[in-house]
Amino acid sequence: MNTFDVEAVRRDFPILERTFDGKPLVYLDSGATSQKPAQVIEAESAFYRLHNANAHRGIYTLGEEATEAYEGARSRIARFFGVEDASRLVFTRGTTESINLVAYGWGRASLGEGDEILITEMEHHSNIVPWQLVAQATGARLRYIGLTDDGLLDLSNLGELLGDRTKILGVTAMSNALGTITPLKQLVDAAHAVGAIVVVDAAQAAPHMPLDMDGLEADFLAFSGHKMLGPTASGGLLAKRELLDRLQPMFGGGDMIREVFHDHATWNDVPYRFEAGTMQVAQQVGLAAACDYLDALGMEAVRAHEVEITRYAIDRLLEAGAVVYGPKDTDIRGGTVSFWYHDIHPHDLATILNEEGIAVRAGHHCAQLVMRRYGTPATVRASFYVYNTNEEVDLLVASLARAGDIFAS
Amino acid sequence: MALDDIYKEVILDHYKNPRNKRDLPGAEVSCTRNNPLCGDEITVFAHVDDGTVAELTFQGAGCSISQSSASMMTEAAAGRTVDQTLELAGQFRGMMAGEVEPDDDRFGDLVALKGVVKYPIRIKCAVLAWDVLQEALQDTGRATGAQPHAVG
Ligand SMILES: Cc1ncc(COP(=O)(O)O)c(C=O)c1O
Repeated sequence: MNTFDVEAVRRDFPILERTFDGKPLVYLDSGATSQKPAQVIEAESAFYRLHNANAHRGIYTLGEEATEAYEGARSRIARFFGVEDASRLVFTRGTTESINLVAYGWGRASLGEGDEILITEMEHHSNIVPWQLVAQATGARLRYIGLTDDGLLDLSNLGELLGDRTKILGVTAMSNALGTITPLKQLVDAAHAVGAIVVVDAAQAAPHMPLDMDGLEADFLAFSGHKMLGPTASGGLLAKRELLDRLQPMFGGGDMIREVFHDHATWNDVPYRFEAGTMQVAQQVGLAAACDYLDALGMEAVRAHEVEITRYAIDRLLEAGAVVYGPKDTDIRGGTVSFWYHDIHPHDLATILNEEGIAVRAGHHCAQLVMRRYGTPATVRASFYVYNTNEEVDLLVASLARAGDIFAS
Repeated sequence: MALDDIYKEVILDHYKNPRNKRDLPGAEVSCTRNNPLCGDEITVFAHVDDGTVAELTFQGAGCSISQSSASMMTEAAAGRTVDQTLELAGQFRGMMAGEVEPDDDRFGDLVALKGVVKYPIRIKCAVLAWDVLQEALQDTGRATGAQPHAVG
């Protein structure tokens, strides 16, 4: 047992007071986006009530306050990942934009024919499609690390896939479809041994487990604030400082320049050269509050809570006759549990669960390569976070039985 | 119980015992579409003879709503002219948009799908088969003797 007080946590999340036809919300879709604690909502709203102005522009006091809040958020969020030099954090709308920035500013700018990009079949579409675009534009070849039958990366032929031609390795830290936690350190070391840079998709890992950017030695790490208790459109790209110096900007516009001439412009400093136009100031301030919240709980405790609930959920689902995808060992998986219940289509199941106030995702989870690998077009996915309880798992399993009754012939 | 609106017996019956779910060798028209959100997939095959949908079958995989809708569609449309079939498709869409009050005569079992209107996110499941059918028939030129387009 851990000291995690889930009931106290739940009281911080106003949305959990909602009911649907008298039934309390059972929110099991944090893999898609998390709910927000009052502390985050208040931080964002306080920014608007007290400090709102455009960042990096106003000479007046309010403008300075806004800039301070924005840059303070940068330091705070970087520290959440163990990074002290805040200039290593580029603010973006989240994982998708971060990966596209690397694909554009590094991939397109430096790859050519004969080069290879290695990614995995476990990736979210946002860590596949940008690399396909790079491959099309540059002539580089896109290759894939496959998956084993039990939902792990198949590293048996890594020596053959990863070589001198490999310039970029893109890999998720935690699968959003299978829950699998990947052996990042091993992959980073192997990639660095052949001179490739590593882009980590931390969209699912960052909210749910301790992540130490420099311990991992990742070159780029992308994350989404909205999945870690923060506002939508918050998030960023962490990088090694020397790589940011070489990364090309993707967006041109205000504030990313130093000087503009008729035929060219010079860039502002890192990280501002990657932040063209008015940024999501209030949202990043909200994300900083989310980092405070998570650090106060302690990421080790968050992880332990989720291990416990995930263990319970997998056991109960298997008992009920569900087919659970991905590893069953909670040491190597997070709290994202994809499953089929008998042969009830995920959409039908999700509709029936919704009737009980239970919110789950049904579909391919933007991971069609995973779905294809395991021969299914879709799964139902329950994903857990700090506010979920074993009682909610019980409700889920009880509602599955009800769905079984409706579809029994 | 609200679920009764959507999981009616007729729907579950068409889902579990789909009508006309088979290939149609020699079909003049066919078309496959999927719903990118959920992966549901439907292929429609039709014999179009002299401007009439003489025979209509489907293949596919997906949720109870998409598959039962396809099954009901094959029953409701077969024997109608291409024009009438496209008109029925329009009315079905109208019903799913909550704009057309279905009459049992024309709609048959399809009336059962009306309850899906209360589940906006599932409406596209119900409409998928009709999208495929419309696309398949579009190029037949509607009129008698028009060139049907090849299976493929
Ligand atoms: C593993 C993974 N990568 C990337 C993304 C994309 O994140 P966002 O939509 O916040 O850019 C997600 C979100 O679903 C994800 O789960």
